[in-house]
Amino acid sequence: MSTVPGPMRIPPLLTELNTDFWTGGLAGELRIQRCTHCATYHHPPTSVCRNCLRGGLTAQVVSGTATVMAFTINHHQWSPTATTEPYVIAIVELPEQDGLRITTNIVNCDVRDVHIDMPVRVVFEPLADVALPLFEPDR
Amino acid sequence: MSAVGRALYRHPTDLAVEGCLNAIADAGLTRDDIDGAAAFHIEGSAGVVEMIDTLGLQVDWFADLSIGPSQISAIFEAIMAVETGRARHVIVFHSSCEGTVRTTLGKGGSMPGSASATPERVSGMPEWWLPFGAPSAGNHIAMYAQRHMHLYGTTREQMAQIPIVQRRNAGLYDKSIYNTPLTMEDYLNARMITEPFCLFDCDIPIDFCTAIVISSTDATSGLRRPPLAVEATSHALKSRPSWDQFDDLSTMVLRDVGLDLWKHTDLTPGDVDVAGVYDGFTFITMAWLEALGFCGKGESGAFIEGGQRISLEGELPINTNGGQLSSGRMHGWGYLPEVCLQLWGDGGARQVPNGPEVGVVASGGGVFAGAMLVTRS
Repeated sequence: MSTVPGPMRIPPLLTELNTDFWTGGLAGELRIQRCTHCATYHHPPTSVCRNCLRGGLTAQVVSGTATVMAFTINHHQWSPTATTEPYVIAIVELPEQDGLRITTNIVNCDVRDVHIDMPVRVVFEPLADVALPLFEPDR
Repeated sequence: MSAVGRALYRHPTDLAVEGCLNAIADAGLTRDDIDGAAAFHIEGSAGVVEMIDTLGLQVDWFADLSIGPSQISAIFEAIMAVETGRARHVIVFHSSCEGTVRTTLGKGGSMPGSASATPERVSGMPEWWLPFGAPSAGNHIAMYAQRHMHLYGTTREQMAQIPIVQRRNAGLYDKSIYNTPLTMEDYLNARMITEPFCLFDCDIPIDFCTAIVISSTDATSGLRRPPLAVEATSHALKSRPSWDQFDDLSTMVLRDVGLDLWKHTDLTPGDVDVAGVYDGFTFITMAWLEALGFCGKGESGAFIEGGQRISLEGELPINTNGGQLSSGRMHGWGYLPEVCLQLWGDGGARQVPNGPEVGVVASGGGVFAGAMLVTRS
């Protein structure tokens, strides 16, 4: 575990449904669930395809690129052990499907450089037994 | 309404007893007239079964509801209960000791927006934001506000009118938490929480109980106050109830409710005289103003600019008791009582002029929402 204080991060409870997403980063992969019948991507992972209502959903490795749709620079220290430095929380959209989005952090840049429509790519940060998919500028 | 405060160190059941007995007496009823009960029951609040037993109620109908549809779902359910003949007088209530819990556990000890302790591991919907340092609904709504600013040129100076106008209202209300005037300078110099939200864009956790009696239309003769009528309700949900998967990141699921509400009435947005509109964070209020049709999509910034329109003397007075921003986080339960007082002409120093006849109440907004129209019958 890093000793540098970062944002307040509470790790997810791993389940059969979410393990691929949360642990893919340990192998350097961003894995998004996809329907084997109609090819619709789903995030968060779900038990039945929202489009065709069939089962048979599997994790698929995606490109790892994305676009910032919305963001906020967080200043409030939500926990006494969290950083007092501002950090960026963002909703990014993956190019694989319209509206396929992840809530994440934008890292490895000045918080003031983040903007809507900014191209970003995934980087992974270990947390407990998972790897968080964070995003950095895709220069 | 019970006593209200930032930290009363009282049990939510104790607050609920006070709130419910006050509401029953205010309606001109006694305990024995109540034959139904419903509660919004989350961690840190009193449940309906507990209150039925505590108050010695004998009910034909009761419901204990959590989030959905919106925090005021217990009110909607009670309306359906009296409409379908299951009960004549339903006491509905919500109490919370969130203020005390937050004060006692300190920073990070409880989850923002609730009275529950911070978990070690997270599952369910929060699983998708708590690993990313985004524990507050404010983080998500701030992102929506930021996108609204990007698309429509909305400014912080426009958004500031919501806390500024409401603080003025709170100065005229004896149960407000904050009542000293708020200036634009105060707002622009305030500590940032999650941009574009500063401290004054965020509501404040408190302890309270709100209670309301919902009566069947054929059971209202002889009551202490003239009955008010529920003209329409809506809690439609036709899009993804998700912060990040919702289709339009410049509004929220409240969009569906805003559209649906007017399908159940001949009234139009122009008929509304007073509004109680969810203000856990300022941008929710703006999104509701658009969703309910008081202005067009993207136009809420211009609509509230300068604050005149939404002030007590304006065309659409909002949150006339200060709302959650100045009178505390009632989880959506402060709006209906305040709108009722305004329709009764009992608003005192903060009374909306010219005898308001139609009020709108809108609760929640982000991933669940509900709204209702109330009229003088």
